[in-house]
Parts: sequence; structure tokens; C-alpha cells
Amino acid sequence: MTNLDQYRESLKQSGLEMFELCEKQMLKSKEAFLTHDSDLAEEVIHTENRVNALDLKIDRDCERFIALHTPVAGDLRFVLALRKINFDLERVGDHAFGVAKYIIEINTPIDPKLLENLRFVEMYDSALSMLDDIKDAYIDDDTKKARKVYKKDKVLNKININAFKVISEEVKKDPNLIDQYLLLFSIIKKIERIGDLITNIAEEIIFYREAEILKHQKKKKVRKPGK
Amino acid sequence: MGKEKNENVIESSLKRKYKLQAKDVNVFYGDFQAIKEISMDIKANSVTAFIGPSGCGKSTFLRLFNRMNDYVDDFRMEGKIFIDNQNINKKKVNVEQLRKQVGMVFQKPNPFPKSIFENVAYGLKIQGIKDKTFLKERVESTLKQVALWDEVKDNLNKSALALSGGQQQRLCIARTLAVEPSVILMDEPTSALDPLSTAKIEELIHELKHKYTIVIVTHNMQQAGRISDYTAFFYLGEIIEFDKTNKIFTNPEKKQTENYITGRFG
Ligand SMILES: Nc1ncnc2c1ncn2[C@@H]1O[C@H](COP(=O)(O)OP(=O)(O)OP(=O)(O)O)[C@@H](O)[C@H]1O
Ligand SMILES: [Mg+2]
Repeated sequence: MTNLDQYRESLKQSGLEMFELCEKQMLKSKEAFLTHDSDLAEEVIHTENRVNALDLKIDRDCERFIALHTPVAGDLRFVLALRKINFDLERVGDHAFGVAKYIIEINTPIDPKLLENLRFVEMYDSALSMLDDIKDAYIDDDTKKARKVYKKDKVLNKININAFKVISEEVKKDPNLIDQYLLLFSIIKKIERIGDLITNIAEEIIFYREAEILKHQKKKKVRKPGK
Repeated sequence: MGKEKNENVIESSLKRKYKLQAKDVNVFYGDFQAIKEISMDIKANSVTAFIGPSGCGKSTFLRLFNRMNDYVDDFRMEGKIFIDNQNINKKKVNVEQLRKQVGMVFQKPNPFPKSIFENVAYGLKIQGIKDKTFLKERVESTLKQVALWDEVKDNLNKSALALSGGQQQRLCIARTLAVEPSVILMDEPTSALDPLSTAKIEELIHELKHKYTIVIVTHNMQQAGRISDYTAFFYLGEIIEFDKTNKIFTNPEKKQTENYITGRFG
């Protein structure tokens, strides 16, 4: 293995660490929210420091890789993509952190009936499974897996739009529920954002593997093999 | 104007777009085939970089454009080389004239053991130009062109050999430019220079491009990336890939090219 290969491999490992850390943050914040476990929420809040530190480390290592190894072609696309993936993951971590903060702030658990009305758990789980897919796609450099997340993201968008309708109807029936619903709605917004971030990561993986830029393309059809 | 004539005009202007052309070229040194069936079109006013591992035929191919291989024993070529649509291997071609039109700069600066002034004026003098003011003006403008004037203007009579390597190389480029060629071939012109002298030569190449067609052999991938419009990757006497430089360095078509430019060759 060349020096450059080693450096690239260690960057890839750091990226994987970031994936795993953010995935755990998401899982724990979901857990903490559903069980109203403020200790677990505290843990998420604490771990945010580690997410930030790793984000900085990856950024710095990418910069060094570019400065010292002047990568081109596939190597260059990889490091450019990793910087963006890292940025997106850090934001995923931020959202998990945001959810954890809500848990500390509210004092009564949410009524499970509301969660069901909004398809809250289903949404959270879809986001988690997207994150898991995209992590696998990253590990295996597999653009087919990366493309899987687009479909799941549509589910998140649907639930998000639906939640708005449900809330406006439910609140008319019982105005006392407004606080709880608003809280849930802001979490749903966060999860919807997480879905977008994960699709960004998919674009980055496709970019560095296939040199194809999907960003800002409307309705991109599946790419034919061999161009 | 008839349709036929129109088409002729279009066709000849298309042809003129290419300053240099190689058609089905094979080169042999004795039994050894150094260049295998290379065809290539090079546009005017562009910089083309030749890259590839040692011994793959870059210098051999480059030297075809000013017939520098003619001196080599055992050298034999098949195919055609055109400059401005003229076959340069025709008998009637004046090789002196050709070399005036197609200047060459080598890896090691090779100034003559003469003064700085004489080095630059050399090509003009052998053309029979004696007019002192003309020579002085041309020497000055050429030295300015290569950004050497300010460094040497007070010592034009000093020996060229007393200059630094980077200065000598710029002097050699000035010597080449003084006779107003239209093509400049460079064979690893900065491989013996420090980063600052290299940067100066690269800057120079960038400026010269507007007036000249430049082909440069380089082992420095970053240099190829910085200065060239097109890059040709040579391997074992063949061109594996020839494309816009930004394509080659971001997303080459061939795996071999990618392996080479990313330093994973072999
Ligand atoms: N005068 C010669 N006689 C016989 N063989 C030669 C001669 N010049 C070059 N060759 C052979 O032709 C092949 C191409 O040589 P060339 O100098 O063109 O390579 P190159 O790509 O310029 O290499 P480098 O990067 O080392 O300068 C080599 O295998 C070389 O040994
Ligand atoms: Mg050579």
C-alpha cells in the first residue's frame, strides 16, 4: 500500500467512526424521547462534544491529505466528498442533540396516542434505517445501496406533510394538546431534515464513485451502466 | 458561392484548427518499436502535456515535430507528421526553416558559452540579420517576454554560463523565442529547477500560449494540471488516453491513466 493509500484508508476509517457516532446519537435520542429518559438524553448532550471534535479532526485531516498528497481523480473526489459527508453527519448529530435538549426541557411524557397519529416512531425508524443504508453504502463504496435512500426519504417527506394536516385537525378538537403537538412537530421537522442530509450523503457517494454530480438535478433517472 | 466551394472553406478552416497532426505514426530504433500507431491532433494556441512512465516514448514522439530524431542512427519512422497541414517529412522541406518555426527547449538548460546577448541574438544572426538596433530591440523584448530582462539588463555581456539554472532555462527559452517560432516543444523544461524558477517558467508558458502552440513533456503531474489544456498519457509507445486536462485529472476514462496519475502504477 502506498503512503497515499494508507492516508486515504485512515480518512475512510474516521468517516466511518463519524457515521457510527451519529447513528448512536440518533438511536439514543429516540430511545430517550420515547421512554422519557433524561439520563440518556444527558448522555446524548454530552457526546455532542465528541461529534464536534471528530468533525474537526476529519476536516483537518482532509486538508492535510490535499496539501501533502495533492490527490487527483478518484482520490480527489473521495476527499472532497468526505468533507461534505462529514459536514452532513455533523448536522445529523446536531439534530439528535436538539431532540435530547427537548427531553430535558419538557416534564411530562408525550401521550402515545399522539405519537401514533403522527406516525412518529415510523418516521424516526425510517430515518434510522436510511442512516444505516447509507453507512453500508459508504463502507462498501456501493452506489446501488446509496440510491436506496431516495425512496425512503419520500416516506419521511410524506409523514412530514401529513403531520401538519393531522395537527391542525387534532388541535381544533382539543386545544389543550397544542404544546405537545408543537413539540412533536418540531422534532418531525428535524427528522425530515435528517432525511435530506442523508440524501446529500448519497449524492456525495455517487459523486466520488461515479464522478457524476446529482446535486441540483431534477428527477435524475437511473444511470445506464458504462455511461 | 457554390455549395462545393463553401464546404471546401469549412473543411480547410477545420483543418487549420490543428496546428500539429500525427497520422498513424510508428517509430523504430533498429528492431525496437518505440512508437506504435499514434495519431494525434493538437490545436493551435494550446498547451498539451505529454505524461507517462520513463521510456514510454514521450521524447521520441515530441522530437518528431522538429525532426530532431533524424540524427539518430537506426531511427526509422512510418506515418505522417503535419504542421499547418504541411507534411514535414517531404524532401523539399527545409529542416533549418522547420526548426526555426518549431523551437525546442530541453531538460537541461544548454546556453552557448557566449554572452547573454549573443545567446539570444544567435538565431537571428545566423539568419543574416546584422542591424544592431533591430538586434538590440529584439533581445530586449524577448528577455522581457521571459521575465529575465530586469535580472540581466545591466550584464548583457556577462557569460550566460554564469547565470543560475533557472535563469539559464529562461535564457534558452528566450533564445528559442527570438526567431519567432510558432510551435515550442519542451522536454521536461523544469525538472532541474527549484519551485520559484519553475513557477516563473510555468507563468511564462501560460502567457506564451496566446501566441504559440506548446507541447511539453513533464513528469510532474501537478505541473501538467497547472499549465496544460490537453494531456496525453503515453504507455509503452502508445497513447492510452488523450483528453482535456481537467477531464484527465478529475475523471479519466481509463483505469491505467487513473493508476498512473494517482501514483499507483505497476
Ligand atoms: N537513440 C535511441 N536508440 C535506441 N533506442 C532509443 C533511442 N532513444 C530512445 N530509445 C528507446 O525508445 C524508448 C522511448 O524513449 P524516449 O526517450 O522517447 O522515452 P521517454 O518517454 O521520453 O522517457 P523519459 O521519461 O525517461 O525521458 C525507450 O525504450 C528508449 O530506450
Ligand atoms: Mg524523455
